[in-house]
Amino acid sequence: MQEGKPLNSKQVNRELLVSILNSPKWFFGALAVLGFIVLVAMSAAGFMINQGFGVTGLNRPVMWGFFITNFVFWIGISHAGVMLSAILRLSKAEWRRPATRAAEILTVFSLMTAMTMPLIHTGRPWRTVYWIYTLPFVPYDYARGIWPNIRTPLVWDPSAVYTYLTSSILFVLIALIPDFAVLRDRTTGISHRIYGMLAMGWQGNARQWKLQIIAGVLLSALILPVFVSVHSIVSWDFGMAVSVKSWHSTIFAPYFVVGAVHSGVSAVALVLIILRYIYGWQNYIRHEHIDALARLLIVVATGWFYFFVMEVIFGFYGREADEIAVRNFQFTVSPWNIWMMIFVGLTYFAPVAIWLSKSARRNLWIMSLACIIVNIGMWLERFLIIVPGLARKQLLTFDWYTYQPSPVEWIIIVGTFALVSMLMLTIARVVPLIPLYDIKEGEILRTEIKIGRVTVPAVFRED
Amino acid sequence: MAKEPILGLFETADNAADAGDALKAAGVPQTDYDFLTDTPYPEGAFGERHESHRLYIFPFVGALIGLTVGIMLTSMTQLAYPLAQGGKPILSLPPMAVVTYESTMLTAIVFTIIGIIFESRLPSFKQGLYDTRITEGYIGVLVNVDEGQLTQTQALLTQAGAIDVVRKEERLTA
Repeated sequence: MQEGKPLNSKQVNRELLVSILNSPKWFFGALAVLGFIVLVAMSAAGFMINQGFGVTGLNRPVMWGFFITNFVFWIGISHAGVMLSAILRLSKAEWRRPATRAAEILTVFSLMTAMTMPLIHTGRPWRTVYWIYTLPFVPYDYARGIWPNIRTPLVWDPSAVYTYLTSSILFVLIALIPDFAVLRDRTTGISHRIYGMLAMGWQGNARQWKLQIIAGVLLSALILPVFVSVHSIVSWDFGMAVSVKSWHSTIFAPYFVVGAVHSGVSAVALVLIILRYIYGWQNYIRHEHIDALARLLIVVATGWFYFFVMEVIFGFYGREADEIAVRNFQFTVSPWNIWMMIFVGLTYFAPVAIWLSKSARRNLWIMSLACIIVNIGMWLERFLIIVPGLARKQLLTFDWYTYQPSPVEWIIIVGTFALVSMLMLTIARVVPLIPLYDIKEGEILRTEIKIGRVTVPAVFRED
Repeated sequence: MAKEPILGLFETADNAADAGDALKAAGVPQTDYDFLTDTPYPEGAFGERHESHRLYIFPFVGALIGLTVGIMLTSMTQLAYPLAQGGKPILSLPPMAVVTYESTMLTAIVFTIIGIIFESRLPSFKQGLYDTRITEGYIGVLVNVDEGQLTQTQALLTQAGAIDVVRKEERLTA
């Protein structure tokens, strides 16, 4: 897979550093618009904190709504990055080169955004300090009469997410050192000093490169088990809750992990298409790369669909009254049944039908559409797991209720999408979103081989 | 006699490898010259010396420390806050597993990062002789030789195909 034309180092530097060295005219305008949306969302969150949960649609028994749905969604998006980067690095897939950095950075920002959701959801975020920290100097706040259950699966969640976030940030930073050196050599003044410090005196000698390559593989191998654990543990926020019937499923962990990969890889494909469009990176993010991602997505989507069907079948098969009540709510009560159909259509049938066609996989507009609908579908999936389960949590019908999100919740959710976009745009101004040295390595390993009467582009691969 | 650095810049990997061969033939020890590039070349592309390292020890040490800390943190927290729950034990093992696993992995990863930086001999802000053209694709051959051999080494690098040879005193006067 080596369709593009050969590139030299100077050209790679010039073209891939364009986002840093020559900011496009629209940059600050786009940043201002996104910043404004984030500000509105922050104001809405402030309003909610001031007024109380009454301004949201949350009410007994549905106490988890848009915020927790959005939390699971962004954790899911974060899975693309490191999974894609780590698996492709370990398997030495040639088409990883332009995708890894953007995917890893998307991981970091979506994790950060995800972490704001439970804080907002608490209603009184400052109080979380009493139940998050287990360190001796910030103990659980038993003295105030708050007795959190320190053995709850909800404690696992922050430990997993913090581990994943810290690991992902370190993974990104260590891979950035050689590119910081390129920036150090191309900037002046304060920028030169900052990039110089970040490059830590990198010279690019044989030892440093050897360690850098081993680092990529070793960190990938270490971070993959963390990646699997994070969404498994997020699923256990639900799966370990015995009282909510439809959540108490043994296949939730793999179901969530595969779902996260599905939405995350789609998000990475969308980010790559956007980067190609706004920075003119046609030589780097080529149709072949998006095509490869789409083919990977067919497998991931089908795996996800298998788990989805299993989860539904297990739910119906037991014929337990409270489980059936939830399933009836999901599949027969309007508008929930319509949402269910839309969600399955958007998440599986429509995108896979698109990805089966080679010409569609290589059409970036169609691919963008497919990636967007997958993520709408995956957002709905989390919503349709969380809310119906709670709405039919109790066996007695007088405790049944439904959920209607309020404008405050809508604004905060929209704000998180603006926040991730704003952070991605800002970081593109500071670090190259396509790893320069990885692209250059691909170029030195590029070759052509003659087979019979045809000459085909090829690439050498080191063992 | 003090050693002085001299840097030859090459356009192709073949020329840089030729320079390495010439230095070797001239009796310059392999520890006294290095190849600087802006991208990882396959190991041995320039006939450079084998670089040994102990990076693989770092994650194991980190994991061991993380495991110990994880077990201590989770068990001591449960014992410090003895919250009785429906006949369940105060010190329960299943809730410890996940947090201990995460702390093990986190510390292993942090130690790996420390190991990478340490084994790469970074940070090294007192940079020796360097040329920004290296990050434009030129291959630098950095040689440390006795002061008296500078001219001979310069000639050797030029003969191997260096497009430019940079010496420390030139850089200081520039």
